[in-house]
Amino acid sequence: MSQESNTAPAPKRGVPLWAQIIVWVGLLGLLGLLAGGLVKAKNPILTVGSSVPDFTLPLFTGYEYNNGLEVKLSDLSGKVVVVNFWASWCQPCASEAADVEAAWNSYQESGKVVFLGVDYVDTEPEAREYMSRFKLSYPNGPDMGTRISQIFNRNLGVPETYVIDQQGILRYTQIGPFQSVAEIQAIIDPILAGR
Amino acid sequence: MLAQFGFGVFVLTFLLALFSVGAAVAGYFGNSDRWVEAARRAMLLTFPLITLGTLTLVYLLVTGHYELQYVYAVTSNDMPFYLKVTALWGGQAGSLVLWSWLMSAFASAITLRKWERDRELLPWVIVVTSVTLAFFLALSILYENPFARWWQTALGDFVPRMFAPAGALAVTPSDGQGLNPLLRHPGMILHPPMLYLGFVAFVIPFAFAIAALVTGRSDDRWIRLTRRWTLVAWLFLSLGLVLGMRWAYDVLGWGGYWAWDPVEIAALMPWLTGTAFLHSVMIQEKRGMFKQWNMLLIILTYSLVIFGTFLTRSGVLSSVHAFAESAIGPMFFAFIGITFVISVALLIYRWKDLRAEVEMTSFFSREALFLLNNLLFMGVLIVCFWGVIFPLISELVTGQKVTVGPPFYLRANAPLFGALMALMGIAPLSAWGKSTYKTLGRALWKPSIPAAIVPIVLVILGVRNWIALVGFTLVALVIFVTLFEFWRGARSRQKKQNENFLVAFWRLAGHNRRRYGGYLIHLSMVVMAIGILGMELYQTTTQKTLAVGEDIQISGYTLRFDSLAQFPYTDGRIVTRAVMSVFKDGKFLGELYPRYDYYPDGQPMTIAGVRSTLADDLYVVLVNWENVSSAEAPFKVYHNPLVNWLWIGSVMFIFGFLVAAWPDREEEKRAGTI
Amino acid sequence: MKTKNICLLILSLVLISAILIPTLAVSAQQPTPSDDEVNAIARQLYCPVCENTPLDVCPTTACHQWRELIRQMLAEGKSEAEIKQYFVDYYGARVLSEPPTSGINWLVYVVPPLAFLAGVYLLLRAFQTWKRAAKNTAPGTELSGLPVPGLVTGAPPSIEAARPALDDKYVERLEEELKKRK
Repeated sequence: MSQESNTAPAPKRGVPLWAQIIVWVGLLGLLGLLAGGLVKAKNPILTVGSSVPDFTLPLFTGYEYNNGLEVKLSDLSGKVVVVNFWASWCQPCASEAADVEAAWNSYQESGKVVFLGVDYVDTEPEAREYMSRFKLSYPNGPDMGTRISQIFNRNLGVPETYVIDQQGILRYTQIGPFQSVAEIQAIIDPILAGR
Repeated sequence: MLAQFGFGVFVLTFLLALFSVGAAVAGYFGNSDRWVEAARRAMLLTFPLITLGTLTLVYLLVTGHYELQYVYAVTSNDMPFYLKVTALWGGQAGSLVLWSWLMSAFASAITLRKWERDRELLPWVIVVTSVTLAFFLALSILYENPFARWWQTALGDFVPRMFAPAGALAVTPSDGQGLNPLLRHPGMILHPPMLYLGFVAFVIPFAFAIAALVTGRSDDRWIRLTRRWTLVAWLFLSLGLVLGMRWAYDVLGWGGYWAWDPVEIAALMPWLTGTAFLHSVMIQEKRGMFKQWNMLLIILTYSLVIFGTFLTRSGVLSSVHAFAESAIGPMFFAFIGITFVISVALLIYRWKDLRAEVEMTSFFSREALFLLNNLLFMGVLIVCFWGVIFPLISELVTGQKVTVGPPFYLRANAPLFGALMALMGIAPLSAWGKSTYKTLGRALWKPSIPAAIVPIVLVILGVRNWIALVGFTLVALVIFVTLFEFWRGARSRQKKQNENFLVAFWRLAGHNRRRYGGYLIHLSMVVMAIGILGMELYQTTTQKTLAVGEDIQISGYTLRFDSLAQFPYTDGRIVTRAVMSVFKDGKFLGELYPRYDYYPDGQPMTIAGVRSTLADDLYVVLVNWENVSSAEAPFKVYHNPLVNWLWIGSVMFIFGFLVAAWPDREEEKRAGTI
Repeated sequence: MKTKNICLLILSLVLISAILIPTLAVSAQQPTPSDDEVNAIARQLYCPVCENTPLDVCPTTACHQWRELIRQMLAEGKSEAEIKQYFVDYYGARVLSEPPTSGINWLVYVVPPLAFLAGVYLLLRAFQTWKRAAKNTAPGTELSGLPVPGLVTGAPPSIEAARPALDDKYVERLEEELKKRK
């Protein structure tokens, strides 16, 4: 540098304290955010054994539960709740739909098991067609704003089924379709028996 | 057997990298040249070793060793030879190997140079590069092992493991799944390695910066030493981005080249800071200012490289580009935390030593304008960073996902890019040190006149969109200013040296290659801007289901659907291809063949039929997601005005870069750059 | 459901008007909305099934159904805003290409400009301190040693006289800058 100005060098200052604080808080905040995101990404699914946060499922017209047009999970305590996510555009869902309906029929009498069909990211006309095709008789409703699926699985793919026990604890997670009625019953029966 | 060998080589390299870190630290603090030399040799030895390991993997890929999980996932019997080689970076595990290999190659290249004058920097350069290398190797060894093979456990599950789990049987599939069809494209073969080259090359200037910080050398030696590395890193990053754009345009079939996808932005962010860095180091070289800022920029660039890699590979973000779920997240996170904290702490510690030698005196000086350029690049960076990170914040705070899409980025970035173009027009005319609005104005008025004619002509031609008017005026300003600079320089040299104008021009550019190459890069950028303006402001699209013989109109073109055929291709895919005739004003212009290919695994690949001219592209997609039959098919047609200038600008960019960065023997000898 | 009621209401209104004023009904009851009309809205929506892909180019069945739903709603005479609101109610704010300005989402629009303005402020402040430092140190002698072209502080000389001088200085500056780089 040819042109060093002929001044006394400015007094050398470090980073002011307020700037240091801002930098460190910002950095730690970012790291905290990433850590939070990472934890979510690593454990996207509600783990078996944890209690399920409450949610409300509005029902499609034509369905009702206890004369109500919506179902609240917390109102179902004391019952085994089977939450089945499906969509009309999903082929594996269609393969299990009849089995789920049959399983529901086998428990309907006892009144100790409730099946909830949650329609994930679907359009209503096609969903109606699907429900009437498989004569789904248990309460079904849309996953408004994907709020319910977000509770169970951040990266939900249909079909998925979650079985919640009488105390509101998640007891079983099924990713993908069921193969038979017996398979569903083999999951529910032990929970029903209190084991 | 070979797999175990490759794995063993990787483990050995990893240990060697660790040793080189330890030896370098010991050498620095113990003031022992022998230890530093040991570290250097260990570093040099990693390269042949890791090359051996990588070649082993390539051999396994090419020879179809499907018992290995990675080979099974990215290759199959029907893939051609070159795709089996490029499958090396077709998946997470392999691309990490490529990262490590490049890191080792670059680190070896710098440790090979003569270090007499800068001996004190050496140990810390080795530490930074070796730590980075060791980290990526550790990811390969612990989490994403490309050499893991398939086993069938006693329970009947298939698991990939390096070593046999108890009671498991080795399994060897007869064929693999094959590379994702979207990756079977020439653009995709080059796009990832270019990006990786850019990413990894930025580690080198960062390593020197950290070495300068640790040793307390506050001069600009580290910048001079790594100038060419920075340029090369920047070139490859730029090329990687442009190739990705071209690939998206050709293969994804949504009529565009850039979707503001989080992964695209993750690659753009280090480019932004890198570009800002390239500009602001010039001020430090010439005026001794902004030392702190340059340190900050290179640290940011490195951090964004690592951060972007983390975002796209840890599953934190969901995106079309994102790699499948992976276990590398926590270790990556730890690495990010440690490097960020150490870099920032070092910078704060040395902050006062990095004060400027000269102070800034004028708002209109070249350095002030460069600072403004940096501010604008930081503005774009903030917009991009915030847009990428915000969905994460929203999900964590409210539990609800949100989308931050193109409208957000376009609205926020368009004025910033406009201001950057204006700066490209003004800054070359300003002088270092003292420059007033008078001198600047005197230099500016001549090129401004032809530039001012452009909006008038455009208005007469019927352009009423004010963004277009401003944008094209700025484009014209940059072009005229740049040409004027060339002319002015050559002209005055012609007078002074009594040379022929062309000779003067040639010598001027030849002796100031960095400067005039930079101007060529500016030109290429505004040429690209022409394409971007055309696309963003004037793209039109229409979609219609056509029976054979029917036609569809767009922007004066008529496209007639002639026929449609479906046939299998040798590698197993089913090709569905339509023939369309293009007419304009009743004149037949040619045929287009939009098609889509279905691969055996059900993945579709949409290949648009494109008629490309300097004025516009006609881009036809056979819409495979609606019902297609040989009698009736849906077509989506895009009219993309001026988009070709984007690609022309990219080629000009490479040319300008070569002018700016071609090695100069004499200069190198003098400066001792690497 | 509320939206359903509104939808029924509109539908019945359309039907009534179709009976009462047949001439108007021709324009109100267009056969099927074209692909272009559907895509104009679909382009602004994002389906949760394929994240970050706009609805108009998303190939999944779910997205196909969404587009058909848009078509149906357009046929029912709904406006673009109504259709978008329906999708937000049904599938959440993530279907929009930008977060709505509610709750903490306003942060997305406020933070970048604030950060940029903070940058501008810091830069201006730095400029001021530099200027002050320069003034305090060397009044009057600031030019010496700097190869500055065309820096004429006095009255501007006539253009004819100035041009060659300017050019000469320009070359000097070029050469100087070139030398300095080495």
